[in-house]
Amino acid sequence: MADEPVILEMRSITKEFPGVKALDRVSLTVRAGEIHSICGENGAGKSTLVKVLSGVYPYGTYQGEIIFQGHESRFKDIRSSETAGIVIIHQELALIPELSITENIFLGNEPRRFGVINWGEAKRRAIELLARVGLQDDPDTQVKHLGVGKQQLVEIAKALNKSVKLLILDEPTAALNEAESQHLLDLIRGLKGRGIASIMISHKLNEIEAISDAITIIRDGKSIETIDVTTDGVNEDRIIRGMVGRVLENRFPDRTPRIGDVFFEVRDWTVRHPLAAERLVVKNSSFTVRRGEVVGFAGLMGAGRTELAMSIFGRSYGTYVSGQVFKDGKEIQLRNVSEAIDNGIAYVSEDRKALGLNLLDDIKRSIVSAKLSKISRGDVVNDIEEHKAAEQYRKSLRIKAPTVNEGVNKLSGGNQQKVVLAKWMFTDPDLLILDEPTRGIDVGAKSEIYGIIRDLAAQGKGVIMISSELPELLGVSDRIYTIFEGAITNDIPIDRADPETLMKSMTSAKKKVTQP
Amino acid sequence: MSEPTAAPKKSGGFRDLGKMFGSGSSGRQVGILGALVVIIIFFQVATGGLTLDPTNLINLVNQNAYVLILAIGMVMVIVAGHIDLSVGSIAAFVGIIVATSMASWHFPWPLAIILGLAMGFVIGAWQGWWVAYVGVPAFIVTLAGMLIFRGANQYFGNSQSVTVPDAYTFIGGGFIPDFGPNTGYSNGTLLIGLVVAIVIIVQEWRARRTQTEMGSEKAPLWVSVVKIVLLVAVVVYATLLFAGGRVGTSFPVSGIILGVLVLAYSFVTRRTTFGRHIYAVGGNWHAAELSGVKIKRINFLVMMNMSILASVAGMIGVARAGASGPGDGVGWELDAIAAVFIGGAAVAGGIGTIVGSIVGGLVIAVLNNGLQLLGVGIDRVQIIKGLVLLIAVGIDVYSKKQGRPSLIGMMTRNRRVQDGAQVGPQAAQPVDRPAVAPIDSAEESSRPKSTTPN
Repeated sequence: MADEPVILEMRSITKEFPGVKALDRVSLTVRAGEIHSICGENGAGKSTLVKVLSGVYPYGTYQGEIIFQGHESRFKDIRSSETAGIVIIHQELALIPELSITENIFLGNEPRRFGVINWGEAKRRAIELLARVGLQDDPDTQVKHLGVGKQQLVEIAKALNKSVKLLILDEPTAALNEAESQHLLDLIRGLKGRGIASIMISHKLNEIEAISDAITIIRDGKSIETIDVTTDGVNEDRIIRGMVGRVLENRFPDRTPRIGDVFFEVRDWTVRHPLAAERLVVKNSSFTVRRGEVVGFAGLMGAGRTELAMSIFGRSYGTYVSGQVFKDGKEIQLRNVSEAIDNGIAYVSEDRKALGLNLLDDIKRSIVSAKLSKISRGDVVNDIEEHKAAEQYRKSLRIKAPTVNEGVNKLSGGNQQKVVLAKWMFTDPDLLILDEPTRGIDVGAKSEIYGIIRDLAAQGKGVIMISSELPELLGVSDRIYTIFEGAITNDIPIDRADPETLMKSMTSAKKKVTQP
Repeated sequence: MSEPTAAPKKSGGFRDLGKMFGSGSSGRQVGILGALVVIIIFFQVATGGLTLDPTNLINLVNQNAYVLILAIGMVMVIVAGHIDLSVGSIAAFVGIIVATSMASWHFPWPLAIILGLAMGFVIGAWQGWWVAYVGVPAFIVTLAGMLIFRGANQYFGNSQSVTVPDAYTFIGGGFIPDFGPNTGYSNGTLLIGLVVAIVIIVQEWRARRTQTEMGSEKAPLWVSVVKIVLLVAVVVYATLLFAGGRVGTSFPVSGIILGVLVLAYSFVTRRTTFGRHIYAVGGNWHAAELSGVKIKRINFLVMMNMSILASVAGMIGVARAGASGPGDGVGWELDAIAAVFIGGAAVAGGIGTIVGSIVGGLVIAVLNNGLQLLGVGIDRVQIIKGLVLLIAVGIDVYSKKQGRPSLIGMMTRNRRVQDGAQVGPQAAQPVDRPAVAPIDSAEESSRPKSTTPN
């Protein structure tokens, strides 16, 4: 492979967002007809890199050079990169569900005769393209009737139509089942035979190991190394070491856990996808939480962590199939959010702007919004009580705002997150489920949030912490469950947990239970 | 202009101004109030004093009370993220049934009113069910309702008018009865003016006490005093105008009904959990649902409430006209919607106040009235009204894009800069994941695509 000509060279790419260096002098070299994987933890900068490459972030918004097929390329948008032969297939598919396969393939690129779309020609070519990707469906089928796997193939057919030279696949198999994934990987190998290079981003290390010719590892926005698989060979452990190999900083508060008895238990929890009824997003999951314990949930994006948490929290996600919830030894029913709140469960969502806050509100209204009854007599809200309660949280959580009358949209991410935490602490929960509580906030605020978690556990509350950042999970948790493809794969006490062990259980279904 | 009802509004606006100066919605409210004052003064001068003439003011209240009542319900609907196009038709349908019940079935008028309210309740439950529980967008449900109830009005009344007994016209065209010694003024109206003035003073005093208790910064005492003096002067002036008109006239009953409804609904939307939930659903229904708000129930109640208020408006309209006909209520929904948006509500929901909508409605009303007094034809009046709506909302949208809450926000920029300095250091810190291109304002990007949950 090493003697093939270089098709793409990204030289020293640096991309900054206000206050954050997302990419720091990242380099990437892809040879013709190569399958090149990019590996890294969530947030390492993989997606940013391919967005730079595909023109989502246009020339001028980053530093560095992109040399594609021997010329320096300055893409100003996705269209210009596509014209050059670089096509990106996103994790969220970009097809229009109401249009047919043919219409989708030729969208924005319709074959014309005398200015009118030549549908006959389009359909003929569509059938040809579908044959190349191995899809037997009628090209007139509406895309909404296809499963995710087949939609993926339509996307690739669309790319082939644009005479693609370099295909970028962002988590292509995340939503696919085993057989579909296999078909897709075979297809990518087949494209390689025709001289089409692919860049693949995937969390599934077994797939990467199986398919890649080269692997570039990115960590904290820097390219760490490129492994030439054809000459050096590779295994999952080798990749994991590259991905997590960093010194853990001591930014977690010291704490001596005082862990009590199991008070919260979920048994055999199974949930269906809200739209695709054949997909189970949570499968037979059982777990326990003790008083005063911080339980980590580790899993890669799309593993079903959020889905598990939200479905328990008043069935806010998907369709409930089976499972029981016990609190203090008694089975409880959590059919809607109010029942969950009344039973002392709180859920801090991973997307505080879309799901956690009404950004039109001020701090005090936000803090009391999940339990208005606490400061109301009858149905009338007591302004003074509200103000006092909010003021108390503003001080104790150190929310940086002049008054609690400040609009939450004016706060920084870290302070918004504190408001959301205050909102749920105000409901007097026994169990707090924190979904990515430190996502997108700066280091200082993160460590304050760890402090809040410690205090909550010290008060005897159970805390479930879902996080994509392994160092954070290792620093805060007393015990960690790993989740892979909707199922709990391991239950690891903190003294036996390390990044390698976690990553293994997060990327394969091999059940290796190490009971405490 | 209906001062006794307008007075508590003004106090609301100013109180907000004092409490959270520079915040978007209240800034907008104060702005539109200023515009109303300017318009009144303009017409007062241009018409040579005809605008603030007792007879004209009484007309103004009578002509607009029902649209303002609709605006009360409409702002709640719009805040929740919906719209209601059916209110004019519902008003007409309820109107003809109520008129027929008195004319043909010999219902006494109180019973007829109860019948009308019950009909509003049933129609509202019907529409609310479709919106909240079936999940049909309110635009469609109420577009259907607009056709259905317009047709029902004409079918039921054979497209003819039904006159109502004189006793009933009291609620639409009646006045506060006079009593007591002959003062040269209507004593009833004087009494109401006195009550309103006292309420204003008490409210201001309570607001200050609450601020003290909360420990939040208080406007200096002289500001409160100036405010009270100003408001009381307006109330006294208006009272004397209303009370000093032709003998036999005084403050209209429809204005009293409007005033009571404004106070009641302001309380509901501002102080109750139900009111909070309406804003929560409109602001971000995902977050509301995850906070335990029963959004279907809120949507149902908001839509139902609108229909009940439409029935009230319809009955007042019939009482004023003395008859119910096939053309009643045509275009009322659009006047109400325009009032709400001029009054500062957001098209996407989550923002808007009762008081703001009433002021917005008064802007349209005064404009209408003043232009007519000047002899401007109905054609040109419509053009002007359309432009006013467009410009009012345009200014709002433009200022938001500029990152400023409103024109008022621009004027109070000094203060905002100080605030900015306090939160500045951390505002500069990264608040977003890099993957999110910082194009939209946080407000816009966070808004769910559909505001009508199923």
